[in-house]
Amino acid sequence: MRPIQYLRCLIGIVRREGLRFLNQRGRFVSALVRPLVWLLIFATGFHFVLGVSIIPPYETYIPYEVYIAPGLIGMIQLFNGMQSSLSMVYDREMGSMRTLMISPLPRWFLLSSKLLAGVIVSILQVYVFLAIAWFWEIQPPWWGYFSALPALILSGLMLGALGLLLSSAIRQLENFAGVMNFVIFPMFFASSALYPLWRVKEASLLLYRICEMNPFTHAVELIRFALYGRVNMESAAVVMVSLILFMALAVYGYDPARGLIARKVGE
Amino acid sequence: MALAATLARDANVLATALAVRDLSHAFGKRLVLSDVSFQVRPSEFTVLLGLNGAGKTTLFSLITRLYDHRSGAIEVFGNPVKAKPSSALARMGVVFQQPTLDLDLTVEQNLYYHASLHGLPRREAGERLTQELARVGIIERRRDKVRHLSGGQRRRVEIARALLHSPSLLLLDEPTVGLDIASRQFLLDHVRKLCREDQLAVLWATHLIDEVGEDSRVIVLHKGRVLGDGTAQEVRSASGANNMQAAFEHLTRDREPRS
Repeated sequence: MRPIQYLRCLIGIVRREGLRFLNQRGRFVSALVRPLVWLLIFATGFHFVLGVSIIPPYETYIPYEVYIAPGLIGMIQLFNGMQSSLSMVYDREMGSMRTLMISPLPRWFLLSSKLLAGVIVSILQVYVFLAIAWFWEIQPPWWGYFSALPALILSGLMLGALGLLLSSAIRQLENFAGVMNFVIFPMFFASSALYPLWRVKEASLLLYRICEMNPFTHAVELIRFALYGRVNMESAAVVMVSLILFMALAVYGYDPARGLIARKVGE
Repeated sequence: MALAATLARDANVLATALAVRDLSHAFGKRLVLSDVSFQVRPSEFTVLLGLNGAGKTTLFSLITRLYDHRSGAIEVFGNPVKAKPSSALARMGVVFQQPTLDLDLTVEQNLYYHASLHGLPRREAGERLTQELARVGIIERRRDKVRHLSGGQRRRVEIARALLHSPSLLLLDEPTVGLDIASRQFLLDHVRKLCREDQLAVLWATHLIDEVGEDSRVIVLHKGRVLGDGTAQEVRSASGANNMQAAFEHLTRDREPRS
């Protein structure tokens, strides 16, 4: 296989993911409505309950809406990562995954392309969200929209790789609700998405430790800092290491010689 | 002498589209395939006949390298699927038992996607998909979403898709399940024609005995073992039966698998 064929394959996979997303209106709308509901209702309600002190990267007191915006961006990517990877499992019992796997290109490349396609879709959603959120005073500096991009790519890849890993390792997920309960909600709530970690620490040291270890916390912090043109090195490192770990395990899970899939599709 | 032997072997390799040798596979302790050996040659319509649970789908998964076989060998035009998966996969087209088209995409979009998985340039993909859709008679539906197609039409699209990259070996796993009589007949006729006209090697897995035609080769797979292999005529006479139904019953009754 020549490099040009790799490229065509990548473009084809990205194109398909984009078309699927655009064609499934419901998915597009719900992907946007979900964070907006949080922003407009939850954040407004909590506006006066939670006071947010000045913590980096913010240089002034900020409204709660501004604080949770990066968390909601993370939420978009978390849902997307789960959805685009797990869709391989749900799509009529791995039908679409089998189609992907009969490509003569190497499997790691197919999985990486799939992952990248999901990330591109998630980043489109994030920017649409940011555009709407601008009207609710979530107005990072204009260059923040650009400096956030590398962070969004990295966090999207990490969360997508996690989805891919779950799709390879979990034998059967009845429906998306299972993933919601066991992956999305715990990751989202045990993170810095909705409340700063120093407040969590005051409430429970154990929860604080869990939040600290949660890769989603670091994805959110990475995005939070990047929106203001700053790099949170610690978070970047954690997200990077998690990405490598999740992806390596996912490739392992889909390795034909290991037979994880064999066990899964075995009659 | 050595040269002659090499030539003979090469000719044999060229003439064998799919070679499965001494293939066994187990899920845990359950043996699903046991010493399976057979060949499929170009221009040959080979029916893999077996009841549900005979091991057909496992066999397909191994040939398409969804997962690796641990014992025995599988070669596609001389390329071992384990050692050279890329060369092997490039030459095979597959129609899976379960539907694999994207319902929300159009027929064309589905086919373009598949072509890209094989690294085909978009223009060539366009030409190929026009040809293949015309051959299965649904070219006028190319811009319709797959969701709006009937089951039979979806299968035709899947056959067109499997042939986009011009493979020399076509694998079909129970392609007629759930189709009405007319659609079934169309598929059978179409694939037989491909076999004749394009020298395509075909492995057609089914549990429907009447899909075995007079011109077919038959491989009877029962509980993971090959119990019969030959032309329809040969399989019948080997079991002393005068129709395929009787032959199948005779073969599967007489030779219970060793456990």
